[in-house]
Amino acid sequence: MTDAVSAGPRRVGAQGATRKSLLVADARTRRRNAAETRFKAYGIVAIAIAMLALVFLLFTIVRDGSGAFRQTFIDVPVTIDAAIVDPKGNRDQKDMAGVLTMSYGSMLEKSLETWVAQNNVQIEGLGKADYASFYSSQARATLRDMVLENPEIIGTTINVPALASSRVDGMFKGRVTAESAEIDARTSLAQFRLAEAMEEKGALTTRFNWDFVTQPDASDNRAEAAGLGVAIIGSAYMMLIVLVLALPIGVAASIYLEEFAPKNRLTDIIEVNISNLAAVPSIVFGILGLAAFINFMGLPRSAPIVGGLVLTLMTLPTIIISTRAALKAVPPSIRDAALGVGASKMQTVFHHVLPLAMPGVLTGTIIGLAQALGETAPLLLIGMVAFVTAYPSAPPEGLFEPASALPVQVYNWTQRADSAFFERASGAIIVLLAFLFAMNLVAIILRRRFERRW
Amino acid sequence: MNMKITASALAIAALSATAASARDNVQIAGSSTVLPYATIAAEAFAENTDFAAPVVEGGGSSAGLKQFCSGVGENGIDIATASRPIKDIEVAECQKNGVTDIMEVRLGYDGIVFASSNTGGDFVLTPSDVFNALAAEVVVDGKVVANPHTSWKDVNAELPDQPILAFIPGTKHGTREVFEEKVLIQGCKDTAAHDALVAAKGEDEGEAACKAVRADGKSVDIDGDYTETLARLGSSPEGVGVFGLSFYEQNTDKLKVATMSGVTPSTESIASGEYPVSRPLFFYVKKQHVGTIPGLKEFAAFFVSDAVAGQGGPLATYGLVPDPKLADTQAAVEAETVMAAK
Repeated sequence: MTDAVSAGPRRVGAQGATRKSLLVADARTRRRNAAETRFKAYGIVAIAIAMLALVFLLFTIVRDGSGAFRQTFIDVPVTIDAAIVDPKGNRDQKDMAGVLTMSYGSMLEKSLETWVAQNNVQIEGLGKADYASFYSSQARATLRDMVLENPEIIGTTINVPALASSRVDGMFKGRVTAESAEIDARTSLAQFRLAEAMEEKGALTTRFNWDFVTQPDASDNRAEAAGLGVAIIGSAYMMLIVLVLALPIGVAASIYLEEFAPKNRLTDIIEVNISNLAAVPSIVFGILGLAAFINFMGLPRSAPIVGGLVLTLMTLPTIIISTRAALKAVPPSIRDAALGVGASKMQTVFHHVLPLAMPGVLTGTIIGLAQALGETAPLLLIGMVAFVTAYPSAPPEGLFEPASALPVQVYNWTQRADSAFFERASGAIIVLLAFLFAMNLVAIILRRRFERRW
Repeated sequence: MNMKITASALAIAALSATAASARDNVQIAGSSTVLPYATIAAEAFAENTDFAAPVVEGGGSSAGLKQFCSGVGENGIDIATASRPIKDIEVAECQKNGVTDIMEVRLGYDGIVFASSNTGGDFVLTPSDVFNALAAEVVVDGKVVANPHTSWKDVNAELPDQPILAFIPGTKHGTREVFEEKVLIQGCKDTAAHDALVAAKGEDEGEAACKAVRADGKSVDIDGDYTETLARLGSSPEGVGVFGLSFYEQNTDKLKVATMSGVTPSTESIASGEYPVSRPLFFYVKKQHVGTIPGLKEFAAFFVSDAVAGQGGPLATYGLVPDPKLADTQAAVEAETVMAAK
């Protein structure tokens, strides 16, 4: 022993682990410590990669999509020409309704021409086509609605902010530059210069645009007017249906399976199949929905009820699995105590076990709902990827009327030719992410507030 | 439990609502080429009339016609749009399922153009050039060989010295058929490769060889839509893509169009028939629904009215080539003329 001590720490490794000093790490300890440091580094790198990907994703979406929340409006007085809007001159509502929106364009063009003349703006090559494509065609529809609702304005000059076309709007968002305007068939350099001149004189303003969130979708000709109103209502209706159907069914199924059902082969098979169902690709639920709800049950296409039912099927397994996990996490002592003081099995479950499991159940439900909210594939086949411009009415009738949904609106817009729709698709993603974020936040708050620890 | 009462109340409400509600909006599905036109018309129809706004879906000509032919009744669509005429086999399917009265309406024409990134060279194409560049087998020195060309310059000395890379519509698109028929087969005949191929392989095989595109990665099938083709051109600027005229016109700030046989594609040159690669666009109306679905006939008439589908209308603004014989179509819709039974 004494020999070994006098041999010093250098020989410890060779002679065995019993003689090492606590203060000097031997080779094996150093290796183990190094392995731990390395592992920590791997972990940090992994998190850094994940965070980078997330930051990149959010950055590009916000960069591309934030423009959708702002819109360019033209503040030029418009004279309502009686000869155009009321060619018969009798102020008859029916005759005036016979004048189509396309005819209203010339009034807007004329008002712009007047503005240019009055403000003494000189732009080389400014022609009729530049005036015509300056306004959004939505502006004509707005004007026509105003005239029909309020015929007194005929013959007067009114001051109403009108939507600018998507190309003019793009000039203030960096989408359209002087170079691109020159080679673009839909706009021109003269139009670009006119927009600059108008902005300088305050006739063109870009401001926050609630219409993007409230208005319905618009056709390919008017990207500037497209909004998410119908899609948000459609998604909300579907979530309502999923909540009302999937929560009671899912909770009932899991309580029965967890607390009452005997453990035998049949319940094993059911259990395995519920897990399988959770892994079924969502498009399969769409095919099922088309066959069962539309073709067999005769429910209407493009309606939130069908979307809601399909998403219910998709969400059920998620809710059942998370509810069962929450029920399992309630300690058996609670059940024993309740049964011990004479409660029936049902009283035990509903008075003691379920309330304690509720935070887990609600978290599972909200996460299931959030998943359903972002789901596109099952909606493709049941007609939800549609162009719908009318708001559905209030439930229950509204559940059977055509509507769109947030994720399919994104899908829809990315396929359109005008690059302004790309901006709007990114804007729609921001709205969708905001909803998902809010839902997940609620799930976290519920869990924090009601969770009990033993 | 409160929740259960809500659930059953909803179920009851659901059943009663199905029984009570009759559909009051027109439903349209079909070609993704016609989709923008149909949405523009639907939007204008809704804002100019008191009828409910029509609901428009895409999905492709074949998918739309399949749905259209699946039967009569409120759950089926009322109008199918198509970028090609309905096929006999589809008419037969319709007949079998009771869809016997179909109105065929031609709403206008659509041009198919070749366009490249506006940073590259100018393309002055002919069907023969395209055939020689993209066909699987071409004729060189009188012999049928696998396509040896790698640069557009190899095909025609006047073309830019750019590697051959073309993005063409996939086989599920109606556009592909037009591309094959009006460009590849035309070019095949123009270069006399047709006779050589028929001589080498027999009548049917030779015909098929005319429209077979090379599979060595120089011709890429795009199964998505034109936005995907545009994105591909963005990442490989030396490529050439096939687009609809309206899509090209929306993106002239990024694309440069190729002339075909010396003609620049435009609504005018397509309407006059000078530009060779174009096709009619159709929609099909289920006449049995006229009367039960409010606004169906009115919408069909509105879609082809002069104010919408005519010269200077919103569809032409978007890129539709107006039909010179629009008046005949309008008369046919007014008279509810159905297709002759086949």
